[in-house]
Amino acid sequence: MTQARSGLVFEEPLLFERSRPGRRGLSLATPEVPQADPADELEEDLLRDDVEGLPELSELDVVRHFTRLSQWNYGIDLGLFPLGSCTMKYNPRANERVAALPGLAQLHPLAPDADAQGVLALAAELEDALAAISGLDRVTLQPAAGAQGELVGMMMIQAHHRARGEPQRERVLIPDTAHGTNPASAALNGMEVVEVPSGPDGLLHPEALEPHLDERLSALMLTNPNTLGLFERHVEELSRRVHEAGGLVYLDGANLNALMGVARPGDMGVDVMHFNLHKTFSTPHGGGGPGSGPVAVREALAAHLPIPVIRRDGDALALDEDRPQSIGRVHAFLGNAGIWLRALAYVRALGAEGLAEVTRCAVLNANYLQASLSDVYARPHRQRVMHEVVFSDERQQPNGVTTADIAKRLMDYGYHPPTVYFPLVLSGALMVEPTETESLESLDEFVAAMRAIAGEAAESPETVTGAPTTPILRRLDEVGAARKPKLRWTPEG
Amino acid sequence: MSEKSYDFPENCRYTDSDEWVRLEDGLALMGITDYAQSELSDVVYVEQPEVGAQLEAGQNFGVVESVKAVGDLVAPLAGEVVRINTELEDSPELVNEEPYGRGWLIALQPEDEEAVESLMTAEEYLRHVEARSGA
Repeated sequence: MTQARSGLVFEEPLLFERSRPGRRGLSLATPEVPQADPADELEEDLLRDDVEGLPELSELDVVRHFTRLSQWNYGIDLGLFPLGSCTMKYNPRANERVAALPGLAQLHPLAPDADAQGVLALAAELEDALAAISGLDRVTLQPAAGAQGELVGMMMIQAHHRARGEPQRERVLIPDTAHGTNPASAALNGMEVVEVPSGPDGLLHPEALEPHLDERLSALMLTNPNTLGLFERHVEELSRRVHEAGGLVYLDGANLNALMGVARPGDMGVDVMHFNLHKTFSTPHGGGGPGSGPVAVREALAAHLPIPVIRRDGDALALDEDRPQSIGRVHAFLGNAGIWLRALAYVRALGAEGLAEVTRCAVLNANYLQASLSDVYARPHRQRVMHEVVFSDERQQPNGVTTADIAKRLMDYGYHPPTVYFPLVLSGALMVEPTETESLESLDEFVAAMRAIAGEAAESPETVTGAPTTPILRRLDEVGAARKPKLRWTPEG
Repeated sequence: MSEKSYDFPENCRYTDSDEWVRLEDGLALMGITDYAQSELSDVVYVEQPEVGAQLEAGQNFGVVESVKAVGDLVAPLAGEVVRINTELEDSPELVNEEPYGRGWLIALQPEDEEAVESLMTAEEYLRHVEARSGA
């Protein structure tokens, strides 16, 4: 069974603390050409005599520094990464191979269209694939991540209402089970956010929309399946009522791993949605990026797509910037091409049937965890889940063991903690998304760890509340870090 | 649910979004309840309105952020913000330590002092909290 063991890992100071005056990574040969004096070449205000405080290190110092830090790290290549709502699936190596092909990796971003037909064809192919998966008509690959996709979607919805002479439609309805970025994206675009409550069954009911179905309604911003891992069964009726009131339906596609290839958001009445290629389509999450968050829309909103748009000119493809109703440019060139190329490789490798199989296995895996753990961890709802399952610490609380303790203890068993305390509608939420890439054996090992922790919480709670003991750093002072953050290193510490 | 006991002073009125209000010298002093601070756990940041801001009842006027969650602050009464608790800038932990004392958030000049009567009493709020915890 998977279990974290202590290995040879090193304490590692900051590069600044390792610095020794005069140490160098490499010695440059004396130049054979005359050296220019910067003072002759640059304006005075661009010059300075000394650069103070840069660390001075040898190449080996730097290699050891980053290698040691990398040993502190955890990733999907080490073990199951059950971070709910993040779809931490395995990133196939074939994707990397494709994105690194010299003809793609070395293409100059300013190459004229005629010299970039290959990459334009691949972009168009991915746009078509995402349109087919979503059941919508047109796609932009530009947004750099899901949250930017949300913003772009909101901008297009706003442009749509304004173009129709209804600029007062600025109110966005967001269920309390939606992703946390949704209200921020709508607010960033200057729209008014109204939270609508989910019912006791964790689902959004059409009646909850009633008070807001007026001439100020801009859109319903739905996450489906929602953050409780439940499919919004009333989605068609919700869409119908929103459309009748003159509004549009936006889908946060972060949970598309529960639908892809099996159900199409367009058929549910969705008008605009974003995709998280770094979730559903197996591209790296990176250290905060680069991501890729394409957006799909119905034809009625196509005029507002960001520029440039790929246009078919006979047999050739061209970038079209002459689109007066566009919301404008949202990213340089064609978005993060190196990322969406990986997603296209994934789509091509799996094909339509393969993508549907991904979805079925993701849903099966989450339900397997639910069935295997429901007798030891509380669940707020009885329904089957989709691609993720939410537990709570209700049964462990009487022994003084909280969700945070369970999450920390999982590290001792060799797992990245799940998403905790989200969604907010459930007290002490613990949200687990195994993804389809975990085998039955891998799921069973995780179940064994979770059951062992539940046993410890009952019999020796201090084992759980004192966790973790295995990682190089134990409990961090999260409160201190938030209240009195140290934002930069200073020589005296 | 574990049995937790909370402090809901009789001299305050309460909202279903877990704020308290207390009239003092014609001003309505406001904060978040003992239950709210306990659910949020350690508060690390409080975003407050400007002095002089006009609030409507039910309007979001700020945000309280903990290591676990971020919660909106909802105005229980309409009125003008006449003071904010600037001590919270450096010591947000006061919201946890003394939710009804030094952890107060804002003082309103209420448009209608009587409106406070429509809010929940301590006893009503206690029942509301118990019902919500599924006790």
